[in-house]
Amino acid sequence: MSEPRTLAGKVWDQHAVPSPLQEEARIAALGGERGAAQGERPDLLYIDLHLVHEVTSAQAFEGLRMAGRSVRRPDLTLATVDHNVPTIGRDQPNPDPVSATQIATLQQNAKEFGVPLFDIFDIRQGIVHIIGPEQGYTQPGMTIVCGDSHTSTHGAFGSLAFGIGTSEVEHVLATQTLRQVRPKMMSVEVTGELGPGVTAKDVILAIIHEIGVHGGIGHIIEYRGPVIQALSMEGRMTVCNMSIEAGARAGLIAPDETTFAYMEDRPQVPAGERWERALDRWSRLATDDGAAFDTEVTVDGSQIVPYVTWGTNPSQSVRVTDRVPDPQGMPTETEREATRRALEYMDLAAGTPIREIRIDRVFLGSCTNGRIEDLRSAARVVSGKHVAEGVRAMVVPGSGLVKQQAEREGLDAVFTRAGFEWRDAGCSMCLGMNPDILLPGERSASTSNRNFEGRQGPGGRTHLVSPEMAAAAAVAGHFVDVREVMSWSR
Amino acid sequence: MEPVRTVRGKAIPLDRPNVDTDQIIPAKHLKRIERSGYGPFAFEAWRAQPDFVLNNPVYDGARILISRQNFGSGSSREHAVWAIQGLGIDALIATSFADIFKGNCFQGGVLTIELADEDIDYLMARAEELPESELVIDLESQSVSTADGSWSRRFEIDPFRKYRLLRGLDDIGMTLAYERDVTAFEEERDDEAYPRTHT
Ligand code: SF4
Repeated sequence: MSEPRTLAGKVWDQHAVPSPLQEEARIAALGGERGAAQGERPDLLYIDLHLVHEVTSAQAFEGLRMAGRSVRRPDLTLATVDHNVPTIGRDQPNPDPVSATQIATLQQNAKEFGVPLFDIFDIRQGIVHIIGPEQGYTQPGMTIVCGDSHTSTHGAFGSLAFGIGTSEVEHVLATQTLRQVRPKMMSVEVTGELGPGVTAKDVILAIIHEIGVHGGIGHIIEYRGPVIQALSMEGRMTVCNMSIEAGARAGLIAPDETTFAYMEDRPQVPAGERWERALDRWSRLATDDGAAFDTEVTVDGSQIVPYVTWGTNPSQSVRVTDRVPDPQGMPTETEREATRRALEYMDLAAGTPIREIRIDRVFLGSCTNGRIEDLRSAARVVSGKHVAEGVRAMVVPGSGLVKQQAEREGLDAVFTRAGFEWRDAGCSMCLGMNPDILLPGERSASTSNRNFEGRQGPGGRTHLVSPEMAAAAAVAGHFVDVREVMSWSR
Repeated sequence: MEPVRTVRGKAIPLDRPNVDTDQIIPAKHLKRIERSGYGPFAFEAWRAQPDFVLNNPVYDGARILISRQNFGSGSSREHAVWAIQGLGIDALIATSFADIFKGNCFQGGVLTIELADEDIDYLMARAEELPESELVIDLESQSVSTADGSWSRRFEIDPFRKYRLLRGLDDIGMTLAYERDVTAFEEERDDEAYPRTHT
């Protein structure tokens, strides 16, 4: 019997290209000293799926062109446009010529290098981390990369998925591999059971609050325990999505019956005998009993309530029932100063009850919370109600297919009757690249993943919440405890 | 890539933890398809505040930036590294760096040096009090020192990365040398087990 291994360790081992030549070259590179070759050691990891979008790929394709290189495996590469596409008026010429050029560049590169593209009018177009799972390209045990930090989303299926920079995008395009040092393994176990009105978003905000925005540096997080197992696939994607907000390289969850039920019959998922063989393979991926983690964290799920961020990084959050914290209460001078700065930027006074914070804008969408279940949950909260006076709210579905499904279910009508704008799929106000931005000083309740200064527009102030909490805030005009405004019968 | 051996210069003290990539280069400047020209937009929002350290002319010409934990957190945008290079910065010293950002720095030949809290405290204070004083970073010996030689620390770096930086090797070129291994891996691999994007 071999050593017990973790889920991530197994996927890693299956994709490390064995290379006697590489080993010799490496030792030679180190002056022939075998001793010095120990410790950190970059493996050459084979990549099963490379997702590409318009913002981080242009310079990579240009690099290939200049070196006279081609894309090694266009059949393992998929491109879409999401970060910088308009979410309204797509039939009109793009009013921003620089954005238009960026989109046209990806279209041109996809054609020239033979990479499949879900283009702007393709119903399958959408946020890169939504379309992979939706089409069934994302499968357990795979290695998946993208020039985007939220690639960790795909880890919900038990795949090893992480974000890379543009030079690495070029490297993967050219070689279908990536040179990576094996990260450390962290187990985050969420015990107990979630209360009504508490969502996957609250779980991950609670975890980040616990371990901090740097707690996961150098690690892959495996989320485990009864709360994680009870989450739907969409909820698991929300959790894995924000692994990077805890500093982790990737986040993943062992595939199980929930995973397989979600995948079955998706366009790219194998059928018949191949499906049976795949199930057999995927079922062996889970972490072995007794496998060692470098770091272990436990969070009590029964204590998690809806969370709201008050600051300018995703660990700066409190329970909706709490107040904005006092910088004096922070343990170190660096943190006191960082808290003071955050409160100043957010224009919040220490001690203010979260439920008294008034908002101007609501954004429902992003790769964290732009899937159909998110829209359904938010629609249940706003159904028959109306957005508060002075609040501007928008729904940006995560993909064309999410939008289409929502329209089939009549959710668009629920939202528009409630005064929400109903947009086309893309990243939109999650990152403030296209015209969907906060104005200086505006305050949003956002279902996205980052509340950094200016993230949703220069001078904008972002509070991260679940879709239910965002919907309830839209109706009330300020944060409310969604558990008090809804009867939760599930 | 150009080989990287030593960096010598003034150091800018950016005394904040968790400096994120949205501050280093805001999303609205990511629309361009070039690799250069991002320097003028680096730290755009913070530079709009007159007392921001980068606006202090005593640090003009600095080649090193000192900061705190989790520098470069957030997005994978390599534009953040290009923006920092656009400021003339060739080395970063901090308590820790976000993983993707650190990888991107390596790709661009920007040194990322991790030191203990108390060393950062010392360098931060020194850069504030003696802004003209220079630091010397030597990759071969893995050391950071004050130019007067009064203080020196060793830093850790993966030997493989060090080798590549010292010689300025092209990462893709290096990997292509293992083409045979990759092809062998592809041939062994159970192809039907993985989805194809060509439909
Ligand atoms: S929705 Fe936001 S976080 Fe997700 S890929 Fe788009 S910009 Fe990045």
